[in-house]
Amino acid sequence: MGALLSRDLRLAMRAGGGFGLGLAFFLLLAVLVPLGVGPEGGVLGKIAPGILWVGALLSCLLSLDRIFALDFEDGSLDLLATSPMPLEAVVAVKALAHWLVTGLPLTAVAPVLGVLLNLPVEGYGWLVLSLLLGTPALSVIGAFGAALVVGVKRGGLLLSLLVLPLYVPTLIFGAEVVKRGAAGLEVVVPLLLLAGITLGAAALLPFAAAAAIRVNLR
Amino acid sequence: MIVEDLAVARGGVPVLEGLSFRLVAGAALILRGPNGVGKTTLLRTLAGLQPALAGRVSVPAESIAYAAHADGLKAVLTVEENLRFWAAIHGTGAVETALEAMDLRGLRGRMAANLSAGQKRRLGLARLLVTGRAIWLLDEPTVSLDAGSVALFGSVVRAHLAAGGAALMATHIDLGLAEAGVLDLSPYRAKAPAAGGRIGQFDEAFG
Repeated sequence: MGALLSRDLRLAMRAGGGFGLGLAFFLLLAVLVPLGVGPEGGVLGKIAPGILWVGALLSCLLSLDRIFALDFEDGSLDLLATSPMPLEAVVAVKALAHWLVTGLPLTAVAPVLGVLLNLPVEGYGWLVLSLLLGTPALSVIGAFGAALVVGVKRGGLLLSLLVLPLYVPTLIFGAEVVKRGAAGLEVVVPLLLLAGITLGAAALLPFAAAAAIRVNLR
Repeated sequence: MIVEDLAVARGGVPVLEGLSFRLVAGAALILRGPNGVGKTTLLRTLAGLQPALAGRVSVPAESIAYAAHADGLKAVLTVEENLRFWAAIHGTGAVETALEAMDLRGLRGRMAANLSAGQKRRLGLARLLVTGRAIWLLDEPTVSLDAGSVALFGSVVRAHLAAGGAALMATHIDLGLAEAGVLDLSPYRAKAPAAGGRIGQFDEAFG
């Protein structure tokens, strides 16, 4: 398992690996939104939690189709499926690798972009915490979607359509945590729901994704 | 490996049926037959990548190493890194012997992207050696190999057989394995439903 994780991380870091693509998108969004919205009336600070969460979600979406498509194209997925490693573990490890190269860096730069978006001071801790709890769900759900469309030519569009509705609960509760935190309100309920979604997805979806891959490899 | 009355389908359409054979340790079997007869489908079924339509395949658990048309190489990893990855996945450490056997020592630090087609193929075949598995299923293993490499691979297969392994390969090129049996698949071609053949399961993909 460690071998697969280190291979995927190495592939992401090397030329053409796609590391930084999501990050660059997130950065662009956070730089352009203030220019578009304008400075007046504290509007920016009010919409900052939602913008940051939508940005993180779309950045994650950008690199999803790479999770299995590349391995499918070069035949590694067939070989992994016949290897001693269970496909469920392959999915879990690949989702983890995806999170390490997208979700984690996004979480790390989010506070800086919060400054650009004039996020209230009270919100920063909750922003980082909510992204830390919520982005793993984005990677796991995304891996499930990628498993469903593996083998489909240009499955990216289909993948986005499949995955976006599944992302909605994470987005709602994630943004809610930051919004409430920034306003100094109680955040426990959305935070627990966010954590629940992540844990549930991480526990169940690798099995669903492995089943989908088995069907798609036939 | 014992195969009894096997029927396999591609895309829900039966291609082979009534196929029975036995592959014992130390033996090699070469699959022959025209294009599209179902050699790849048979190999994928035996590898466990798709279910059989009917019949039984008895193999010891975790004994099959499958080499497909695609080599499963990562272009941005070096020869050695590619091989080390598969060795780690299979829990073996036979990287050096595999490099040696397929004459890849001089290329170990080269990115797979910069290899020639034949060199990539050699690396893909070297992967078989690091799986440590007994039964090799080879799908056109000699594609893009030059004469020298074909002979090299022939000797690797022979060494594998001598060590108690077995090989089932679909190939049109003579590997120099005089002792290998030949299985012609043409007589096992599935009959059309109108001629009393099996009707393909339309919902095979969902079964």
